[in-house]
Amino acid sequence: MKYKDSIYNPDFIRNSSHKKKHTRSMKAVSKIGTGATYIILVVISFIWLIPFVYLLLQSFAVKFEPEYFIPREFTFNNYVQLFTDTTYPFWKWYLNSFIIAVVTTVFQTILVLLTAYSLSRLRFKGRQAIMNLILILGMFPGFLGMICIYNILKLFCGGNEPSIFSIIIIYCANSAMSYYIAKGFFDTIPKSLDEAVRIDGGNNNTVFWKVIVPMSKPIIIYTILISFTTPWGDFMLASMLAGLKTSNWTVAVGLQTIINTIGNETKMFPFFCAGGVVVSIPIMALFFWLQKYYVEGIAGGAVKG
Amino acid sequence: MTKVEYLSMSKPLRILYKIGSFFKSIPLAIWKFLKKIPFVILKLLRKATIPFITLKDALVYGDWKVRLSFLVCGFGEFTRKQVVRGVLVLLLQICFTVYFSVFGWKMLANLADLGYIASAEVPINTPPYTRNFYLDNSLLILLYSIVTIIFALIMIYLWYNSIRNSYVLYKNEQIGKEASDKEYLASYVGKKYQNILLSVPMVGLVLFTIIPMIFMILIGFTNYTSDRLTPIKLFDWVGLQTYANLFASKVSNSNLIIQSFLHVITWTLIWAFFATFTNYFLGMVVAMLINKKTIKLKKLWRTILVTTIAVPQFVSLLLISRMFDESYGVVNEILKSLGLIKKSIAFLSTFPITNIVIIVVNIWIGIPYTMLICTGILMNIPEDLYESAKIDGASPFKMYMKITLPYMLFITGPYLISQFVGNINNFNVIYLLSKGGPNFTFKPGVTVPTQLTGLGRSDLLITWIYKMTITNNPKDYASGSVMGICIFVIVAFLSLILYNRSSSVKNEEDFQ
Repeated sequence: MKYKDSIYNPDFIRNSSHKKKHTRSMKAVSKIGTGATYIILVVISFIWLIPFVYLLLQSFAVKFEPEYFIPREFTFNNYVQLFTDTTYPFWKWYLNSFIIAVVTTVFQTILVLLTAYSLSRLRFKGRQAIMNLILILGMFPGFLGMICIYNILKLFCGGNEPSIFSIIIIYCANSAMSYYIAKGFFDTIPKSLDEAVRIDGGNNNTVFWKVIVPMSKPIIIYTILISFTTPWGDFMLASMLAGLKTSNWTVAVGLQTIINTIGNETKMFPFFCAGGVVVSIPIMALFFWLQKYYVEGIAGGAVKG
Repeated sequence: MTKVEYLSMSKPLRILYKIGSFFKSIPLAIWKFLKKIPFVILKLLRKATIPFITLKDALVYGDWKVRLSFLVCGFGEFTRKQVVRGVLVLLLQICFTVYFSVFGWKMLANLADLGYIASAEVPINTPPYTRNFYLDNSLLILLYSIVTIIFALIMIYLWYNSIRNSYVLYKNEQIGKEASDKEYLASYVGKKYQNILLSVPMVGLVLFTIIPMIFMILIGFTNYTSDRLTPIKLFDWVGLQTYANLFASKVSNSNLIIQSFLHVITWTLIWAFFATFTNYFLGMVVAMLINKKTIKLKKLWRTILVTTIAVPQFVSLLLISRMFDESYGVVNEILKSLGLIKKSIAFLSTFPITNIVIIVVNIWIGIPYTMLICTGILMNIPEDLYESAKIDGASPFKMYMKITLPYMLFITGPYLISQFVGNINNFNVIYLLSKGGPNFTFKPGVTVPTQLTGLGRSDLLITWIYKMTITNNPKDYASGSVMGICIFVIVAFLSLILYNRSSSVKNEEDFQ
């Protein structure tokens, strides 16, 4: 390197035009970079939104024609059909899904919080054993056990298909398995608060209600959100427990059957799309409303494992 | 070798040295492990003898009340003013005795052969003049045997606990300490609060997860299929026959099963690897793009991506499976109208294409999750790290490799592992997109084992189990159970290795 261009030359440093030129070129580069980033982001958004645009457009289609992205004729009949169709009682499925999701949410939230609180805050013999047990149980494919439960429930129902009540029981009974994220959150609440309450004469119960619950609003909302959306979108368990009686199905099972029944591919596609839109709307609304808490929940869960 | 010598080696040499030292350390590690075993066994034995010593002490040194509580649970307690506790244990003992003598012992007696006669036709006077009486039911026998054994174990534990407590009460009485119900009940709000809190979740776990799980593992040693559905028919223990049917090459045609099994397991691992890492890295890149200081409308970009999470997965996956359809798919039509292809591509029913499409669609699904997780963490990386790197003249790529990536891996290591394990069991993406297709094709004339019915080239182990036990006819529960155990072995093995590695990372505390 020549002395003239090096920083050891006082003139080089003093020469401000050099510096300006440098920053200007840097700015140009970063401008191109920003432009490229915008282009990438627009492309990404396009890719991410296009299926949903397609879903929305096709839900208004009079007839499904694969060669047209935007249907040629629009109608509102598909939505009306959702509530009038007799072979596929969509509103019944919708009601089933809703009942299952609401009841599960209530019980699951309580159970998850109780488990997480006792495993995070209380120290007792067998605590580590319970945590290890849950870890190992989580490694088994859970639905294997469901086969057994299904057959047993069927036996108790006298050979009939079990009702949606059985699905609720199963979702709720397994809720202790998903305590991790709430526990991770409770671990971060300082213990000195517990001690302060205890000095004032409080017991474990007061600690839970006066310290943990008021401080864990985000994680409680996260748990509620997750326990509402999971049964709403679950396909595997629901399809196993659904059986042949269409009035017992949830929306997930129903829509899957509609789309995969041979002969329905084109005929029922707009119906399916309308159903998909109606199913997605409450979840989407809930989600965007509570997005902040969801992010906190999964980010916290990812960090603490 | 000293550290200086190690550092002076070139990179490939270092790796060779590490591999060499790994193998060198194996014998020592095994020796250490073997040396530990006797001590561990001794320790366990010592622990196991404690209850017996307590029981002996209670029997020998206790008074008649303590001795009577060997037979009548809780006697020592309700005669020493812990009425509630004593009565509760006594009630449980009565329940258990009644249950066992009326019902439980029959089930346990039948456990060895799972019933003799399933049903019998008995003539009756009114039409249709015969009636089926169901007698033995293998399913119920097996189930109630498990329930009885678990109930018995719990009872034994409570029995032991009650004797120990009676003995303690007796000793306290000797030194003039009085017990009371109040004190006992108060302990459930204080020291034993977890017993109240955890009782409901644990009962749920035992009834609906643990018992079914034990049941399904045992089913793997029977010949239970939907052809033998109870109560009309019985099933029976067959030992390791189901395992042999699947994995022993001597049994006819199980070579086909082994080949398909290897295919499925390879694809499962490849899938889990790609699904995890493509999502992770691309999601991180997207998060970094959005996080750039010069980018505006950050919230908008994020919200657009989050739509995928907000829409239930089965809706978007079924829709996409329709869009990629061979004859009615919009993707094919668009590609045709653009002139890129002439004939429709069977995206979801050609062997390698399907698997690639599944991974790509999974990227579409998974990026938003990673993006959300990474956003917060990326913002927490100390800015001075980047500034000092810039002063040293590091390129953006180098900064990413040396600062961003290690930091992210450090923080999100456990998440990455749980993602990997979760993807092994990712049912939704595979089943709703391709249903596991395209199916395996076999040479004509070969008798295909029933376990392979409907098995496709994009099936994971979990979807294979689903097909075996839900959609196929007959439903082969025994083979499903064996496959389930396979999944357990794989998942347990992987998580053991990965968690051990990540905890070593955790201990370094590089960024704290």
